[in-house]
Amino acid sequence: MTATIMAIPRHAVTDTAAEAIHVEDLHKKFGALHVLKGVSLSARDGDVVAIIGGSGSGKSTLLRCINCLENPTSGVIRVNGEEIRLKPDGNGSTLPADRKQIERVRSRLGMVFQSFNLWTHMTLIENVIEVPVHVLGVKREMAIIEAEKLLARVGLLEKRHVYPAFLSGGQQQRGAIARALAVQPRVMLFDEPTSSLDPELIGEVLGVIGDLAREGRTMILVTHEMKFAREVATRVVFLHEGRVEEEGPPDAIFGSPKSERLQQFIRRVG
Amino acid sequence: MAYFTTVAANCRPFARLEPHRVVLIVIGLVLITAAAVFMRWDWLADYYMLAIAGLWRSIWILIVTCVFGFVLALPLGLAQVVGPSWLSLPAKAFCTVIRGTPLLLQIWLLYYGLGSLFPQYPWIRESDIWPLVRQAWPYAVLALTLSFAGYVGEVMRGAFAGVPSGQLEAGRAFGMNRWKLFRRVWLPQAIHKALPTLAGETVMQLKSTPLVATITVVDLYAVSARVRQDTLVIYEPLLLLALTYMVLTGLLVWIFSRIEARIPVRVG
Repeated sequence: MTATIMAIPRHAVTDTAAEAIHVEDLHKKFGALHVLKGVSLSARDGDVVAIIGGSGSGKSTLLRCINCLENPTSGVIRVNGEEIRLKPDGNGSTLPADRKQIERVRSRLGMVFQSFNLWTHMTLIENVIEVPVHVLGVKREMAIIEAEKLLARVGLLEKRHVYPAFLSGGQQQRGAIARALAVQPRVMLFDEPTSSLDPELIGEVLGVIGDLAREGRTMILVTHEMKFAREVATRVVFLHEGRVEEEGPPDAIFGSPKSERLQQFIRRVG
Repeated sequence: MAYFTTVAANCRPFARLEPHRVVLIVIGLVLITAAAVFMRWDWLADYYMLAIAGLWRSIWILIVTCVFGFVLALPLGLAQVVGPSWLSLPAKAFCTVIRGTPLLLQIWLLYYGLGSLFPQYPWIRESDIWPLVRQAWPYAVLALTLSFAGYVGEVMRGAFAGVPSGQLEAGRAFGMNRWKLFRRVWLPQAIHKALPTLAGETVMQLKSTPLVATITVVDLYAVSARVRQDTLVIYEPLLLLALTYMVLTGLLVWIFSRIEARIPVRVG
């Protein structure tokens, strides 16, 4: 199987920007199911990479492989230039070879999930300070000051002592974004952040994500919101059946799609 | 429009004296007065010190066996959820055996079985543990601890398995190591999920403690039996015993409901 190695296009991002995420020839099998068939992806500091594609195209799996929530079957993953060391797991797949390394790498990647996954036994502010205090070793008082700033930023300061069960989906997702920002992430990873929201709540979450994109944060965003992807992304990657079918700047991807699959996809979702 | 309320907010104020409550209070007062006037309570003067000592013994046996039993239940539950088969099978077997045999039998097997083995070895009789193993209470505490662990191990198995995977995944995604993930996310959520059942198990454990009287440990129940033997007064000590266990049960339920209320639950 040939790997899809791509040239890295640059537009919004300068040549000197360091490579934040580098994925090379990534394969992922779930049993007999071959989900990723040699995917390569690169994000430089300041890049906003939108990953689009039909359901089952492997976009979420790709994102989850970057922080080893899924262990890739084979391939190379580099985060901030540091290669994640993988070892064979004995079943033809891999495991992180160094648990400490993967934990350190993960603690600086801000993950935002489709189903929010705020910890239900903690108030909002406890959720936000949890990782800084208990993983990164920040002093509690400092973490609270930071957390209040972040919660104010996503418009949830007055809800800081509320448990997630009492928040709307949109509020939970904005809280989850604050939790991810609290680790001062090098890269934000969004896994379909608006897919489980009621339509009227999507806007508030996209607003927050859009602000982050505009301030130059490095992000990888798996999304079904095509209009939003076109607005905020510096680069769009179209996945189809586990391969990168086409990728490029958003105007090229959405304005003049080359491959027939992408044309079909855009007709269908647009 | 959704309305959010907490459990605490749903509770009606207790202070209001509704007619049926007044009737119940009157009936209660009549019963207490009747009991005080028509029944024999003169033995209380001679036995109240013993009763307090027995009550205290019942309480610390309950606390010690619940705490140690719970600590033991965590690995028992965890092993059954994520353990390899060489851990999960023994854990499952332990819970099955404990839950499948009468507690009285377990207490007697330990006391009369294990307890009669030790004196046969001179090195045990000369060792430091001899003063401990020649008494009855260590066997009572051990048996009740193992029993609590067996039941609660099964409860915690379900509670651990019931924590949504997304909660754990969020911890992993932010670099928590396995111990931190367990201590900060998995365990607190499992305990919270299991709290109503744990309250029930603890109340059951309280009502199991009188069995220790059968191996000569003088708990609250043993004191009432002693009063009966000495004075031939039968009902009064038993009534007082029932009342005391009810008060203790109410106390346990209240404590657990306070713990539960610390994390509000969304109703409706």
